[in-house]
Amino acid sequence: MALVLNEEQRLLQETAKDFLGSRAPVEALRKLRDKRDAIGYDAALWQEMAEMGWASIIVPEIYGGLEFGFLGLGVVIEEAGRTLTASPLLCSGVVGASAILLGGSEEQKQSLLPSIAQGELTFALALEETHHHRPNHIGVAASQQKDGYVLNGNKSFVLDGHNADRLIVVARSHGETRDTEGLSLFLVDGNAPGVTRTRTIMADSRNAANIQLNNVTVTASSILGEVGEGWSVLEPVLDRGRVALAAEMMGCALESFERTVNYLKEREQFGVLIGTFQSLQHRAAHMQSELELSRSVLLQALSSVDESPEDLPVMASLAKSRLNELVKLVTNEAVQMHGGIGVTDDLEIGFFLKRARSAMQIFGDTGYHKDRYATLNGY
Amino acid sequence: MEDLEQFRLDTREWLTANCPDSQRQPITPEQQYWGGRKGSFPSEDAQTWFERMRDKGWTAPEWPTPYGGGGLSPQQGRVLKEEMKRIHARTPLFGLGLWMLGPAVLEYGSEEQKQQHIRAIVNGEHRWCQGYSEPGAGSDLASLQCKAEDKGDHFLVNGSKIWTTAADRCDWIFCLVRTDPDVKKQEGISFLLIDMDDPGVSTTPIELISGESEFCQTFFDNVEVPKENLVGELNKGWSVAKALLVHERKLMSEMGSESPRQVLTPNEAAREYLEFEDGKIADARLRSDLADYDMLMQAVALTHFRTFEEKAAGMRSAAPMVMKYVGTEAEKTKSELLLAILGSRGLGWEGDGFTEQEIDTLRLWAMSKAMTIAGGSSEVQLNLVAQKILELPQP
Repeated sequence: MALVLNEEQRLLQETAKDFLGSRAPVEALRKLRDKRDAIGYDAALWQEMAEMGWASIIVPEIYGGLEFGFLGLGVVIEEAGRTLTASPLLCSGVVGASAILLGGSEEQKQSLLPSIAQGELTFALALEETHHHRPNHIGVAASQQKDGYVLNGNKSFVLDGHNADRLIVVARSHGETRDTEGLSLFLVDGNAPGVTRTRTIMADSRNAANIQLNNVTVTASSILGEVGEGWSVLEPVLDRGRVALAAEMMGCALESFERTVNYLKEREQFGVLIGTFQSLQHRAAHMQSELELSRSVLLQALSSVDESPEDLPVMASLAKSRLNELVKLVTNEAVQMHGGIGVTDDLEIGFFLKRARSAMQIFGDTGYHKDRYATLNGY
Repeated sequence: MEDLEQFRLDTREWLTANCPDSQRQPITPEQQYWGGRKGSFPSEDAQTWFERMRDKGWTAPEWPTPYGGGGLSPQQGRVLKEEMKRIHARTPLFGLGLWMLGPAVLEYGSEEQKQQHIRAIVNGEHRWCQGYSEPGAGSDLASLQCKAEDKGDHFLVNGSKIWTTAADRCDWIFCLVRTDPDVKKQEGISFLLIDMDDPGVSTTPIELISGESEFCQTFFDNVEVPKENLVGELNKGWSVAKALLVHERKLMSEMGSESPRQVLTPNEAAREYLEFEDGKIADARLRSDLADYDMLMQAVALTHFRTFEEKAAGMRSAAPMVMKYVGTEAEKTKSELLLAILGSRGLGWEGDGFTEQEIDTLRLWAMSKAMTIAGGSSEVQLNLVAQKILELPQP
């Protein structure tokens, strides 16, 4: 296990930092928000990111990918977390690509992965049906019909769902709601007849959609993996998404923290710099120690994807859970320590606070992952 | 790398051949060998094991061979540790000499001091205690008053030191003493080695809330200490002490994983003392607390590992500076959790009615309160992080 980055990964980090810092700073997200951009991210920017290979960091070279592994992915996503850059990187480059890599047939891989790698095709995972992350709580029905299936039901909180080219719909062909048996992953065209997509505007100015599936017909060849065995693909795909998201949360936390520490060094109250106050120093130092612990957990979780996937379920829950708590702590303290200016829309700190809250819900909140961690450990 | 693999194989073979079976069991405090003139071996096997390790220099594996150390590289030292852990081999020799004073003397001491003290530590001849804190100078260590006056050929030492661990069983004490009262407080301090057999040195034990008296107060009444026992320069003892504190903090932050006493982990305790329903701990709050603790410990262990890897890669990071705070706070969390899991079984102080393990758990809970105070309190650690890492402005 490598808990330090190698030379190549550090170079990638530098490149990502420079590029995102100049092309997609937090100000860019503010602009997308203010003009209520229909897509929700800058398509031209995404194309440039894809040209640099970022859409395909985890895709093997034989499918046109960069094959840089999850530690490489982690450094790019972490930098995107610092700038709060909106892009399909998580939904397409990580979740979509992983679903096809882990569940797809050779034919599906050959036809889809190169398009993902080039940033031409975007994906969204249509999973959630309740207002908490419950990946086995699936009511959307897949009924067999001739040579295919008909999908009926509703999905909510589908990230990038309103404009993704393809939806990966988790549906149930048999069994009861909450069973992990009987689930299948269907590739559905985003504009297929019977698909109604309603965009929601979330706190963090990103996109999620509510999606209605009304007699949507799909062919048997659009299933990822075996019918009824979708859970065995879905779970590792989600874990990869969780670990990647944890990297974004690390960037989000680090950036808010550094901005706050800098503020403590320049803001005067009562005739002195507020950074001299011990109450603030201790809270800042406590955050530093939490950042250090999270850093180690994140690196180990990222490297477990490529090096020891058998550890991934535990590591993903550990990473998501700890990073959830880290961003919550750091973004709350960041606003508090900035005082009055911290609650104004002018200051970017609020953007980090809001993104943190979205990220905390995506792919499982702390309670979900603590429960999963305990269960995986046999208690 | 290949050499390291060879070293691993050789080490494995040697340990298998040389470590007696009885020395491959979890160790209790009574079974630890701390050396020194007043020390004795807990068993014949412990003595054999100690002597074999000493002869290879492996009581201090990474110290230079001319002074009796093993001369291993940090990577080899780590391999040795891993291989010892693999067969649960006991640490053959314990002591502040090994953990703290030795590294400081190797860095700051004169050739004579190295000759005199390093080998004696490696060989377990001298047991050392630490004389830093004073009744009036705890966290504010620099305000210490114990004074050493220059009397030409010797220093005359008068004053007292507190929290001197096991001072009544030690041969030597390393002390911070005031050699110049008239300058800024950090600048008038020197680092002095004192033979505890010298006339005028005396100790009394201090009973703690855990019921133990590991700690002592040590008194110096007109003690004459030879000039050559000064380590580093006169009035520059603060820098020696700081280097040594780094070792102490590292040690304390690692104690969780190597604490000899803790026979019971929260996980094991849960299985022994809690009800399960459908494979889950029935008490949701305790289940959640146990998960929190496990996650914290996994994060701490990974961070220890990361700091090692970063050091090996020649990288600097902030992680080592937060580990004393993190590690000792985690120990307290663990003790509170154990007590909660044991319920009324965790309240046993002594006597029949309670198992030894239960009584130990309670005593260790009380002991754990000292971890975030000794060696620089958590508050002092946070001050250090704020100053050194975050570089926040000082009042």
